[in-house]
Amino acid sequence: MLLPLPVPRGFRMMRMEDRSYRKLHWKIVATTLSFSLVPLFVVGFSIYYQFSVSYKAKVMESLRTLTENRANAVDLFLDERVSQLNTLVYTNSIDQLGDERYLTRVFTLLQMRSKSFVDVGIIDAEGNHVAYVGPYQLKGLNYRNEEWFGETMLRGIYISDVFTGFRKFPHFVIAIMRREGEKTWILRATINTDIFEAMVKAAQIGMKGDAFLMTKDNILQTSPRFGGELLGKVGYPIFPKFQGARVEETELGGEEALYGIVWLKDKQWLLVIKEDPLENLTPILRTRVLVIALVLGGVLVIVMGTLLVSNAVVRQLVKTDREKAVLDAGLVQSSKMAALGKLAAGIAHEVNNPLAVIKEKVGWMKDLLSEEDVGASENFKEFDDAVKKIDYHVERARKVTHRLLGFARRMEPFQEQVTMNRVIEETVDFLKNEAHYRNIEIRTALDPDLPTTTSDSSQLQQVFLNILNNAIDAIGKNGVITVSTGYDARNRELSVSIADDGPGIPSEVLGKVFDPFFTTKDVGKGTGLGLSISYSIIEKLGGTIKVASQVGKGTTFSIHLPLVNHATA
Amino acid sequence: MEGFRVLVVDDETDFLETIVKRLRKRKVDAVGLTSGVEALKYLEKEHFDVVILDVRMPGLDGIETLKEMKKKRPLMEVIMLTGHASVESGMQGMQLGAFDYVIKPADFDELMEKIRQARERKSIHEEKLRRS
Repeated sequence: MLLPLPVPRGFRMMRMEDRSYRKLHWKIVATTLSFSLVPLFVVGFSIYYQFSVSYKAKVMESLRTLTENRANAVDLFLDERVSQLNTLVYTNSIDQLGDERYLTRVFTLLQMRSKSFVDVGIIDAEGNHVAYVGPYQLKGLNYRNEEWFGETMLRGIYISDVFTGFRKFPHFVIAIMRREGEKTWILRATINTDIFEAMVKAAQIGMKGDAFLMTKDNILQTSPRFGGELLGKVGYPIFPKFQGARVEETELGGEEALYGIVWLKDKQWLLVIKEDPLENLTPILRTRVLVIALVLGGVLVIVMGTLLVSNAVVRQLVKTDREKAVLDAGLVQSSKMAALGKLAAGIAHEVNNPLAVIKEKVGWMKDLLSEEDVGASENFKEFDDAVKKIDYHVERARKVTHRLLGFARRMEPFQEQVTMNRVIEETVDFLKNEAHYRNIEIRTALDPDLPTTTSDSSQLQQVFLNILNNAIDAIGKNGVITVSTGYDARNRELSVSIADDGPGIPSEVLGKVFDPFFTTKDVGKGTGLGLSISYSIIEKLGGTIKVASQVGKGTTFSIHLPLVNHATA
Repeated sequence: MEGFRVLVVDDETDFLETIVKRLRKRKVDAVGLTSGVEALKYLEKEHFDVVILDVRMPGLDGIETLKEMKKKRPLMEVIMLTGHASVESGMQGMQLGAFDYVIKPADFDELMEKIRQARERKSIHEEKLRRS
């Protein structure tokens, strides 16, 4: 049968404290993590934030440039058309232009410069279309009640909003009035929006970017890519007039986007350029992903490192605590021995005095029984027997108290040169007969190079005698006891081990074998003092004594003594 | 064995009485006293060959008594009787000139043997003194 070796006391304690170790472990982990992760998060977030702010600023700036460029281009286009027509109006008279053949020549010239002119006509002060060149039959129409006519007469120049008119394609009108003497007349030109629509559409960037013109009433003047068509109304708020381009990331008409908005100079039109933030800010998103990945990687490394370090720290702590517990157990044992020693001595002393009286009284009775003529008494034998029994048991008690005193006595050990091997050989010789009689073999494996040490040979002999006697008693019959010695030069320690193949000591009583009065022997056979005396002797000699036992296998006592050499001379 | 005087000093009267009786039974002229002071006073006028002296006594203890006795009667042999935990006191007594010590409860025959040896040593000492 193989039972596990007894668990040392320190070990059991450690298991009980397992939970507090685990708690400490997590405390270290939590503290380290919070101290290292918080800065990591702060750094990661600020890098990301700084990058996104500056990148967004850059995107906004380029959007502003784009918006202004486009607006300038449209403005320039309108300017050119207006100045072309102005030149035409002020270099020719109504008489010249009223002639359709002349007008046709002029129109051809105009179209050479710009394909966007669709037609051109001359209207007199009454609103009559007096001359017309173009693809439609508009001559003779009267415009007196048209809004643009009134406006032109009032302001001298008029640029209309885009309309499809009779002709079903988008165009707008530029009208210029001239007062020529008493005659007032208007040159009216229709201009195709294709060209500036193309200009605006050039700003429709990316998959979802959009660009369009709209009036101050949010009527679309060019067709957007998404969400509306020409002349449709855009669901934006009405913008007041403002200077320069306005660029912001905001929600307009239920759509979150980057907007660049600018008022045109010549016409009350707004150019709106919309960009999808997701497309434009892709580098920011990529940075975000990168930062998150880096932070997560950092977190992983830190967590792993923290766990490793904390584990190592706690493991070291457990080791130290365990060593300390073993040491404590040793200290507890020796202080227990000291306290018990005092107690034992006190008891022995108190018991000795009455024992002395009893002994003397019994001795006196014996004297009397031997001398007086009481032999004739019929109870003589009983008296004699009783007196002898009392004497015997007083003797027994006396042996106990004397051993107790021996256990407690503080006599300084002798300082003499001791050859350990010889002490052991003598002790073994002394027990050989007894062992032989019980068929127990005492083997010795003695280190021939064992150095001599300064110690007390008779006390050592007592220790070996006690342990060997116990071993013989434990085996009973048929067995082997092995006594071996050795020297550990590094620790300067002599070691003696006495191993028997007896029944072993159960782990629950193994911790008590050195306690005084602990015995497994029958009443009257052992005092339970042998091992405790051995313990205090070895301790006084500066050494240690330990026991290891396995039930069914045997018991081993190991004694370690320091090599003392100060008296070699 | 006969014809010599032994003084027993012990505060335990039961013990004292009995041991004196047993000594007398063996034809030893024994006197029992219960304290060191009493013993010293008694020694002013009496002579003894051997003193059996308990170490632990109230008042003047065995060691102190021994010192005084050795001053008064250097040749008188003293056997210390100790029930004390420490054998040291017995050893200390021997350093102060006691002949030997016996741990209580002592075996009576052993004690008798020691008394005889003590008395022999005393005779040898006296012999030497007489010769010189």
